[in-house]
Amino acid sequence: MSALLEVRGISKAFRGLKAVTGASLEVPQGAIVALIGPNGAGKTTCFNMIAGVFKPDSGEVVFAGRRIDGLRPDQICNAGIGRTFQIVKPFAGLSGLDNVMVGAFNRTVHAAEARRIAFEILDKLGLGPKRDLPAASLTLPDRKRLEVARALATRPRLLLLDEVMAGLRPTETDVMVEVFRELNRRDGLTILLIEHVMRAVMALAQNIVVLHHGEIIAAGAPQDVVRDPAVLECYLGEETEV
Amino acid sequence: MSAPASPLFADRRAIGLLLALLALLLALPALVNSYILSVAILILYFAYTGQAWNVMMGFCGQLSLGHSLYVGVGAYTVAALFVHYQISPWVGVWLAVVICTLMGLVIGFLAFRFGIGGTYFALLTIAFAEFTRIGFDHFDWVGSSGGFFLKVESHGTLDLLNLRGSPTMFYYLALAMCAAAFVFCAWLLKSRAGYYWQAIRENEEAAQALGINTFRWKMLAVGISSAMTSLAGVFFAFYYNNLFPEQIFNISRSIEIILGPIIGGIGTLFGPILGAAVLTILADGITELVAAMGLEIPGVKQVFYGVVLLLVVMFLPHGIWPTLARKLGLGQGSGK
Ligand SMILES: Nc1ncnc2c1ncn2[C@@H]1O[C@H](COP(=O)(O)OP(=O)(O)OP(=O)(O)O)[C@@H](O)[C@H]1O
Ligand SMILES: [Mg+2]
Repeated sequence: MSALLEVRGISKAFRGLKAVTGASLEVPQGAIVALIGPNGAGKTTCFNMIAGVFKPDSGEVVFAGRRIDGLRPDQICNAGIGRTFQIVKPFAGLSGLDNVMVGAFNRTVHAAEARRIAFEILDKLGLGPKRDLPAASLTLPDRKRLEVARALATRPRLLLLDEVMAGLRPTETDVMVEVFRELNRRDGLTILLIEHVMRAVMALAQNIVVLHHGEIIAAGAPQDVVRDPAVLECYLGEETEV
Repeated sequence: MSAPASPLFADRRAIGLLLALLALLLALPALVNSYILSVAILILYFAYTGQAWNVMMGFCGQLSLGHSLYVGVGAYTVAALFVHYQISPWVGVWLAVVICTLMGLVIGFLAFRFGIGGTYFALLTIAFAEFTRIGFDHFDWVGSSGGFFLKVESHGTLDLLNLRGSPTMFYYLALAMCAAAFVFCAWLLKSRAGYYWQAIRENEEAAQALGINTFRWKMLAVGISSAMTSLAGVFFAFYYNNLFPEQIFNISRSIEIILGPIIGGIGTLFGPILGAAVLTILADGITELVAAMGLEIPGVKQVFYGVVLLLVVMFLPHGIWPTLARKLGLGQGSGK
């Protein structure tokens, strides 16, 4: 099976600080893959290189058989990759509905159709009742949901999720997990997620990639990765006891 | 689940008020004296230019402090064609639009291609207006700094083809321009362009991540705004009949254009209109008052603008319209 997303040895340094060094990973079509690792490991930087915010210093990013590294973020979105921001970036002055409509206009020029798409997605993420509130007045978990809704509205083939479960209560996490499962199963959406909430990672991921100090130290099936001594030492040590 | 229309147009009260206002404005020349009519023309002029500037700043978040450039170039273009070649302003206007749009696009290209934003973009717009002023100061074909004049016909004539006529004609022309600009901007705001512009205004990085080619959409905003503003220049030339680079390209002209929308409510449709009315009426009142007291204070208008701006920024940071709309119960008042 050929991978939908193939990242080959990408590196990025910020003024000498090596944020990511030679990272490679694959996300097969239809899979859910988790990217985990301690704070500052370089996870978000990887996302930014995939999504076109930074051009990798070296290495390649191939999506659906096409090189996409070096393209602009809007071109990468149009190629079929949607992303959320870890530090949420809502269109604060606009309503939740308008936020999602902006994404939906990627598929249609008609406002009525964009509105219909937005309604559907907002409902799916449980934001329906709050859709007319300005995004600025939403709680952080709701703003994270809005990030997801907006990205989904562009109808991506691959969705990049950067810590969208952070700050959710366990029951809310389970709801979100169910939403992503559903999107994956029913719509065939491929997902690459960065997540610290292991409860969500274990529930969703078919594959886990572990990043540490900008390097990938482990990758594989969840049950193997969480027992990997190197991973336990640098990251999961305390948490898996719980 | 049916999609509700945007708040303004779903609201019958708003439409009713708008129609009543339009009826009043249509009847106005029959009801008032020539002084009040001249103030009304000024209000409509600033409402129009404010609406045009608002497309760029209010909708798309790109601050221009040099909109006098488009007024001036638009005015000089039609005036020169008219004076030198007897070309009707209805023909000349097309050239004015083309030239001003191109100038806007050049400024936009330089700024957006090379990542000049915010304050630096604003400075760039000032610089272009200033360079152009200096250029026109030495442009003999259009009178250089000595001014350029259109022949004023006797008052009774009405020559629509050449825009020669009474203040009443100019009043209706300005009203038509305002109404058209309002409808056009309302349509823009509800279309994909309006959504994309607001997304860029609110967060450019997020807009880009949603597939928006922000360069292209910012260029569109600049192009539309400069094209619209050039029409105000055409009006200016034929209404005032005299053009001086020192005046028309002056930065204080640019500031006058932006005060209306800022005070009325940036990014809203009614803000530029309301702001123009409030500012013009108050400024004129102050000037009259000072004159009536037998005083002569140069720059009293500018000081007054400063004070009003300060008060609005302090107490109504989003402008008058959003607050007023809420009080009147006209939907969200966010201008949509
Ligand atoms: N734009 C930037 N400029 C300079 N340094 C950066 C930039 N972005 C990230 N870094 C640095 O790169 C390193 C990796 O950061 P990154 O945000 O990718 O980590 P992360 O794995 O996402 O961490 P977290 O779990 O805290 O989100 C950090 O040392 C960070 O300070
Ligand atoms: Mg991160």
